[in-house]
Amino acid sequence: MTKEERIKKRYNAEKRFKLYGITSVVLAILFVVFLIHVIFSKGSSAFQKTTINVELNFTLDSLYLDPNPSKDDLENVEYYDLAIESLLKVYQVNGLKEEKALINLFSPDYEYEVRDFLIKNPEFINKKTILKLTASDDIDQLHKGNYPRHLPEDRRRINDFQLMMYDKLVEQNKIDKIFNNYLFQKGDSRNPELAGIGGALVGSFFTIIITLLLSFPIAIFASIYLEEFAPKNRVTDFIEININNLAAVPSIVFGLLGLGILLSTFDLPRSTPLVAGITLALMTLPRIIIPCRASLKAVPPSIREGALAVGASKVQSVMHHVVPLAIPGTLSGTIIGLAQALGETAPLILIGMVAFVVDIPSIPTDPSASLPVQVYLWSEQAERGFVEKTSATIMILLSFLITLNFIAVYLRQKFERKW
Amino acid sequence: MNLVILILIGIFSYTSFIYGRSRIKKITTSQSIKINALPNYYGYYLALWCALPSLIILLVWSIFEASIIKGLISQTLSQNELNVYTSDQINLIYQKIVSLYNGNFSGTITNEIKQGAEDYKSFLSIAQSSKVVLLLSTAILTITYGIKRISKNNKARHDVEKILTGLLFVCSLVAILTTLGIIFSLLFESIKFFSAINIFDFLFGTSWSPQRAFVRDASAISAEEYADLKNAFGSVPLFAGTAFIALIAMTVAVPIGLFSGIYMAEYASIKVRKFSKPIIEILAGIPTVVYGFFAALTVGPFFREFGEKLGLEVSSESALAAGLVMGVMIIPYVSSLSDDVINAVPQSLRDGSYAVGATKSETIKRVVIPAALPGIVGSILLAVSRAIGETMIVVMAAGLAANLTINPLESTTTITTQIVMLLVGDQEFDSPKTQSAFALGLTLFFATLILNYIALRFVKKYREKYD
Repeated sequence: MTKEERIKKRYNAEKRFKLYGITSVVLAILFVVFLIHVIFSKGSSAFQKTTINVELNFTLDSLYLDPNPSKDDLENVEYYDLAIESLLKVYQVNGLKEEKALINLFSPDYEYEVRDFLIKNPEFINKKTILKLTASDDIDQLHKGNYPRHLPEDRRRINDFQLMMYDKLVEQNKIDKIFNNYLFQKGDSRNPELAGIGGALVGSFFTIIITLLLSFPIAIFASIYLEEFAPKNRVTDFIEININNLAAVPSIVFGLLGLGILLSTFDLPRSTPLVAGITLALMTLPRIIIPCRASLKAVPPSIREGALAVGASKVQSVMHHVVPLAIPGTLSGTIIGLAQALGETAPLILIGMVAFVVDIPSIPTDPSASLPVQVYLWSEQAERGFVEKTSATIMILLSFLITLNFIAVYLRQKFERKW
Repeated sequence: MNLVILILIGIFSYTSFIYGRSRIKKITTSQSIKINALPNYYGYYLALWCALPSLIILLVWSIFEASIIKGLISQTLSQNELNVYTSDQINLIYQKIVSLYNGNFSGTITNEIKQGAEDYKSFLSIAQSSKVVLLLSTAILTITYGIKRISKNNKARHDVEKILTGLLFVCSLVAILTTLGIIFSLLFESIKFFSAINIFDFLFGTSWSPQRAFVRDASAISAEEYADLKNAFGSVPLFAGTAFIALIAMTVAVPIGLFSGIYMAEYASIKVRKFSKPIIEILAGIPTVVYGFFAALTVGPFFREFGEKLGLEVSSESALAAGLVMGVMIIPYVSSLSDDVINAVPQSLRDGSYAVGATKSETIKRVVIPAALPGIVGSILLAVSRAIGETMIVVMAAGLAANLTINPLESTTTITTQIVMLLVGDQEFDSPKTQSAFALGLTLFFATLILNYIALRFVKKYREKYD
């Protein structure tokens, strides 16, 4: 091999090596893009729901109401007859079987949708109006183009007659897509078109507030102690080893801790944001302490010495000078820790947050879902409609996480000081 | 109720603060002596005396109130002469009583439950009033003591600072308490489990099927059933599955992570670095449940269809899909850690290599990586421990059946999956099935602990080398 050939070979090896590096970086970035693309392309349709226009005539007779009904009356009367009668007018059907097929185009909550509309707008009594009633999950998916209508009839949940009705209704412009208010207002449901993340949002909110209230003060205090006051001895070493180890313990072990200690020993209520918050606080604590200590450490010793020199006590120098300077750093560390806690699922499953909860919790000791657990629960469901719901929940969860991380980055950049 | 008490304590402390501050001013001006600390410290001093003891009492009370009331009611229930209850039945009745008291009870209300609910109500009200009385008297006592101390013009700043440092110390003890809590909760159930199942059968048995073990009381079963029970909890398939999926994950994460770490540290311009590093780190910020959904919905079915085209039988819950997605999740851990480690290699080593005519890649391969090796190994070990402890991806994308296999296209299960499966839904405590989850948790805890310990040792050794 001549000298030139050797050099060429070495330069080629150099190029190859660099190429491996570029390929890896590009691959990693492609994974991010692909993941987000899959989630967004599946989830964005869940923000709309399909409705069918139904003409309703709120006569007093049809509702069995006396003239001038009060609000109580409106809440207590039977809407079923009126709703069914109006539904059946949407399309000309004959016989029970066809009637049933028509009713099944609608979500089973039509009766309550009619009731809620009238209670909200009592001026429509004795008047006619057109109401957009929520369509069933299958029609919803069909209208959004996710339903395999080319399959043979016996392998579809929608039969040919329903398909025909649907096509006619589309021709008559009676089917619309509107903003899916249920997604944010309702709790969990077995019917995808009626399921929402209202309960999970509130549950996650309570959980994260409890986590914040418990972990932030304790983490700050602990890091102040360890960074500023702790004598160099065995106890301090032991605490530090513990913190470093806890930061790397798998989250599911904290779920076992919550189950074994909080639920069975202290008898705290199962499936509640309270227990979830405490469990997650214990989990995030070491993960917050580490950045908090780093930002305390970043405050130069001259600040402490200056304070001590003008006669401040040790505590005064720390509390009045060091801590205020370190607060932005500790805050951004805490926010990142909370963002992790917000997305944590495994420990919450173990403390029973997988229970099917329809109601939206009003206090932290009500059983509740949380956003990541809702993702897990819905991903196990067979109905097609839950796929887009799951993806939409992930989109909302990710948007919260991104916001939190941006706040953390902003805080860091705004208050970061080079000494 | 507790909220009201907390607010009251807050108000009391604030007034104590104001009072303490003005009190010391009055004393020192009337007696014309020099004040020993800033007046504010006397306020803090009194406020601490007011708040701290009451808060501690409140905390202890809240922790024990529920279990004491439960104990009292269980006692009356167990003294019932008509029915003899087991402790499980008493628990059930107690739950009914509580839900009746809360007004969300559905079912038939027996006399006993009704009586119990009334007892519960009266116990609660007794507890409430005695709590308030106790707290109030403590607050009065401690405040008077504090005022007495202030009147002597004590060294308030010194005392306040001592209490404060004590408080800080107690907060840092929480980490130790958490570790103790983990170890105790895991050990407690595991010991019960190992009293029913031999620890060697658990660690070295090769068949895992806990659903067979629906026995409540391990001592009350026949020899045949006992033998069956012994064979139900062999966790080798779980260890193997966990290791296997982690291995698949690492074969994805290590090359990609390491090469992107090297590229970031050695080649990338500042602009590229600033752009691509945060994007790769997004992968670490995405919740694992999202990866699980992605693996179960997109990657798993994709592999199955792809395999069908090639004529291979691929399970839709294949180890490959779970491992691959887990690998993607771990990439940023490997890349950012090795990036840091490579950056810490002193520039003089590189300069020496360049000076004798090596190319950049030769320098990296022959000088930088050998120098950074302990740190890189450490970061890979940390990534392995993360892969072992990862739960949601495998719960959603890997299988449930414990197969002892090395075919990545079949489904396998992991320790974490089994813990979740054993503890989801209706669980009876005190059954080997539930306890086995804690034994698995204990194994997992120690496995990750050892891995982390070794990894940190590597990293530390490496740091010492160049510091």
